[in-house]
Amino acid sequence: MTGHRNDTTSKTDARKLPLSGIRVLDMTVVWAGPYCTTLLADMGAEIIRVESIQTMGAATRGPFARPSQFFIDSMPPFVGAMPGREAGKRPWNRHPLFNAHARNKKSMTVDLLRPEGLDIFKRMVAISDVLVENNPTETMEKLGISYKELREINPRFIMLRMPAYGNEGPYQNHRSLGVHIEGVIGHTLMRGYADMDPSSNTNVYMADAAAGVGGAMAVATALNYRRRSGKGQLVELSQAENALPYLGGAFMDYSMNNRNASTLGNRHPTAIQGVYPCAQDDTWVAVTIFDERDWELFCQAIGNPVWMSDARFANHASRRANHDALDAMITEWSRSQGHRHAMEILQSHGVAAGAVLDQKDASEDPQYTARAMFEEAFQEDLGTYSYPRAPFKMSRSPVKIDRGPVRLGEDNEYVYKTLLKLSDADYDRLVESGHIGMDYAPHVK
Amino acid sequence: MPEMALSDLKVLDLTHGISGPYCTKLLGDYGADVIKIERPGSGDYARQIGPFPKDVPHPEKSGTFLHLNTNKRSVTLDLSTESGRDVALKLARRADIVVESFRPGVMADFGLDYPILNGENSALVVTSISNFGQTGPYRDWRASELIFYGMGGELYSTGLADREPIKMGADVGLYQAGSVAAFATLSASFSAREAGQGEHIDISIMETQAGSIDRRMSMLLAYQYNGELSGRSADGPNGLGGYPSGVYPCADGYFQITSGTRYFPRIVKMLGEPEELLDPKWHTPEAQSDPELEAEFDAFFYPWLMARTKYQIWEAARSANVLSGPLNTMEDIANDQVFQSRGAFSNVDHPEAGDFAYPGRPFIMEHSPWSIRRPAPRLGEHTDEALSESGYTADDISRFREKRVV
Repeated sequence: MTGHRNDTTSKTDARKLPLSGIRVLDMTVVWAGPYCTTLLADMGAEIIRVESIQTMGAATRGPFARPSQFFIDSMPPFVGAMPGREAGKRPWNRHPLFNAHARNKKSMTVDLLRPEGLDIFKRMVAISDVLVENNPTETMEKLGISYKELREINPRFIMLRMPAYGNEGPYQNHRSLGVHIEGVIGHTLMRGYADMDPSSNTNVYMADAAAGVGGAMAVATALNYRRRSGKGQLVELSQAENALPYLGGAFMDYSMNNRNASTLGNRHPTAIQGVYPCAQDDTWVAVTIFDERDWELFCQAIGNPVWMSDARFANHASRRANHDALDAMITEWSRSQGHRHAMEILQSHGVAAGAVLDQKDASEDPQYTARAMFEEAFQEDLGTYSYPRAPFKMSRSPVKIDRGPVRLGEDNEYVYKTLLKLSDADYDRLVESGHIGMDYAPHVK
Repeated sequence: MPEMALSDLKVLDLTHGISGPYCTKLLGDYGADVIKIERPGSGDYARQIGPFPKDVPHPEKSGTFLHLNTNKRSVTLDLSTESGRDVALKLARRADIVVESFRPGVMADFGLDYPILNGENSALVVTSISNFGQTGPYRDWRASELIFYGMGGELYSTGLADREPIKMGADVGLYQAGSVAAFATLSASFSAREAGQGEHIDISIMETQAGSIDRRMSMLLAYQYNGELSGRSADGPNGLGGYPSGVYPCADGYFQITSGTRYFPRIVKMLGEPEELLDPKWHTPEAQSDPELEAEFDAFFYPWLMARTKYQIWEAARSANVLSGPLNTMEDIANDQVFQSRGAFSNVDHPEAGDFAYPGRPFIMEHSPWSIRRPAPRLGEHTDEALSESGYTADDISRFREKRVV
C-alpha cells in the first residue's frame, strides 16, 4: 500500500492499521458519508474533514451554529443532548448527532467558494489518496470540482460520490435523508405496526448505515484495484441502489411472484416471534421460537403452565395460526418478569430472547462491558466521555478510539503548515481572510 | 491490467444464512474467487428460505439463497469428518481469506479454529461472524434479527410511545452485519499481504448494531453526555423537530417528508408560496412547536397532498429541495424507469430456478465493475472442479464421495 505517511499518527507499536498511510479528504454531510469515513478512520486512514467557517450544512454539526437556549431545549436527545444542554463556547463541537461518528478524524477549514480556497483544495488532492462526498450532485459541480480535473492533478486519486439516487437523470438532486431513501426502495412499507396505517411509521435510518458501510467497502475495493493497476477511479454509490440488496428476499419475491411485501410487524415469516411487555414500565423482551424443539425449551423455561396444553398450541403450525392467542398467554408470563431476567431465564434454557435495551441498559450491559464496546475519549470542548467504538474487533490491528470527536478546524496548523508547507505569514493571511479558523463567521446562523 | 478489483483474492466461505453469505457475495461480485463449503445433503439453510417461484419450495430455487450466493462455487464437505477437515485445511492453504459464521466453538470442534488455520497459512485473514462475538457472557446465546435490533440497535426507540417497540423490515440488520464484515475483511487483507501475517476478525452482529449510525451511536452518546434516554415518539413520526414531518397520505399512497425548523421555507416554496403561509406567524422560532399552528397547517396541507400522486409530490418537492420521498412498493421500484435505465437491477439466469431480475450493484466502479459471472451454485456443483484444482485426483474424490465426505 503506497500513500502518504502522516507523522502525527505514526505509532510506536510496530503493528499498523490496515489503511495507515491512506489520506482521505472528507466532504461528507449528515450521517451516510460521515459513517463511511468513520469506518475508514477506524481502519487507520487519515481522514481530513474539509469544512468551512463561512457556511454550515444544516444537519451535520447541528442545526444552527449558535442555537438559542429555547432551540437547544427543544432538540431531541440524539441531536441536542450536549452536556448540561449547554451550548458552550462552540456548540458545533458538542452535538451527539455529530460527535458519535467523529472519532479518529481531523478537520481543516477552507472556503471553497473563493478561487484561492479551491486552489488550496486542489493542492490537497495532489497529496491525498481519496475524496469522499455525499452531497446532492449539483454541489460539486457548483464548486467547480470534477473528477476529470482531479485525476489530472493526481492519476492515483480515488473519488467516491454517494448521491441519494445517482449522479445523472431526473433524481440526481433530490434532497433525501436515509429515511426517505428507504421509502423509495420499499423498506418503509415493509416495517411498522401491522394493524396500523403506514403513516404511523417513525423514522429509522438503515439506509445511512448501509451507505456508510458500503462506501467504506467501495473505497477499500478501489484501493485494492489501485494497488494492482496503479490507477485511481471514480466510484459512484447510489444510496438507494446500495441499500436495495438488503431487501433482497422481498425484491426476489416481486421478481418471482409479482408480490409486494407488506409489514409483518414484529412477526417472523416462519417462527413464533414478538416483543412482550415486562414488569417495569416500558420494559420489553423480544422472543423468537423457531421450531418444535424451541417450543419445548420455552415451555420448560417458563414452568410448563397449563395453557400450553391447549389444542390451539399443539404444534408449530397451529401455534402460528393462533399467534394472537399465544401472544396473550406469553404476555401474561412476561408481565411478571424483569426484562433482563426474562432474557436470562429463556437463554439459560436455550431459547432466543433479548431484553430490549434502552440506552442506559446498554451502557451497563455485561456483554458490552466484557468486550469494551465503549471507549473513553477526550475532547477540549467537552471533557472525557465514553463513546461506542468500531463495529469490529481485530486480533492484530490495533483498532481503537485514538482521538475524540474532531473540532471544527482543529487541524488547520497541521494541514496548512506541515502538509502544505505554508509560511507563518501566509497562514496568518488565510486566517485574516476567513479561510482558517475554529469558529463559524459571525454571519453564519 | 486487472479487470476486476478483487480478482486477486481467494475466499474460503464457511458461512450460511444471510450475514456471512452477504459478506462473501460482496467480495465475489467484485471479483474474488469464492469457494462455498456446504453440508452434504442439505447445504446452506438459506436454501430452505423463500421466496420460491410460485411458492413451491425447492433447494435450488430459494430467492434468498440465489440473491446471496452469486459468483460463488459450491463444494459439499462434511467438516466433522477427518478427511473433510483435511480438505478444508488444504483449501485454506490456498486461500487469502476464510469467512465463517458457525456458533462460537464449532470451528474449534472441527479442528479449524484460528490458531490452527494460522499455523497452516500465516497470511490468512479469518473472519468469524457470530451473534454476540467470540467472547463475553452472551457468547453462546441464540438470537434472531429482532433480538439483534433489540439488544444492539434502536428497537427501544422505534415506534409509538403507547405501543410495543417495532422492528425494521425483513432482515436488514443481518445484511448490515455482512457488509461490515466485508469491509473489515478486505481491509485486513491489505495488512496481511504487506506483513505476511494475517489476523482474526471477530464480528458480533449485536455490535454492528450498537456501532451503527442509524441513531444508536448518537442515542448512546446522548445518554453518556447528559443522562438522557431516547424513547419512542408520543406523537408519531419524528424528524428533526417541527412540521411537516413524517409519512402523509396522498392520492395514490404515501409520501414522507422531513421538515421543521430551518426547512419550513422550503415547504412553503413547494406549496407554491400561498399567501396564508407567508404570514410572519409561521416564521418565528416558536412556530414550529405550536400545536395550534401545526393543526392550521395540516388543514391546508392534507387537501394539497390528497390532490396529487406520490410522484407528482416528489417532483414538486425536488423543485424546492424538500427532504422527502415516496413510499414505494417493490413493484414501484422494480418498474421505475430511472432506476431501470441506470441498470440498478440485473437479470440472472439460473439453470433450475429460471431467469429473474435481482438487486444489482451496490456501487459503480469506472474501471473495475461489479458483475455477475455465474448464478448461485447448485449444491455441490463445483466439488470435483475445486478439489481437483487443489490437487486431489479423481480417485480421491470418488473415495470421499463413497464415505460421504463430499
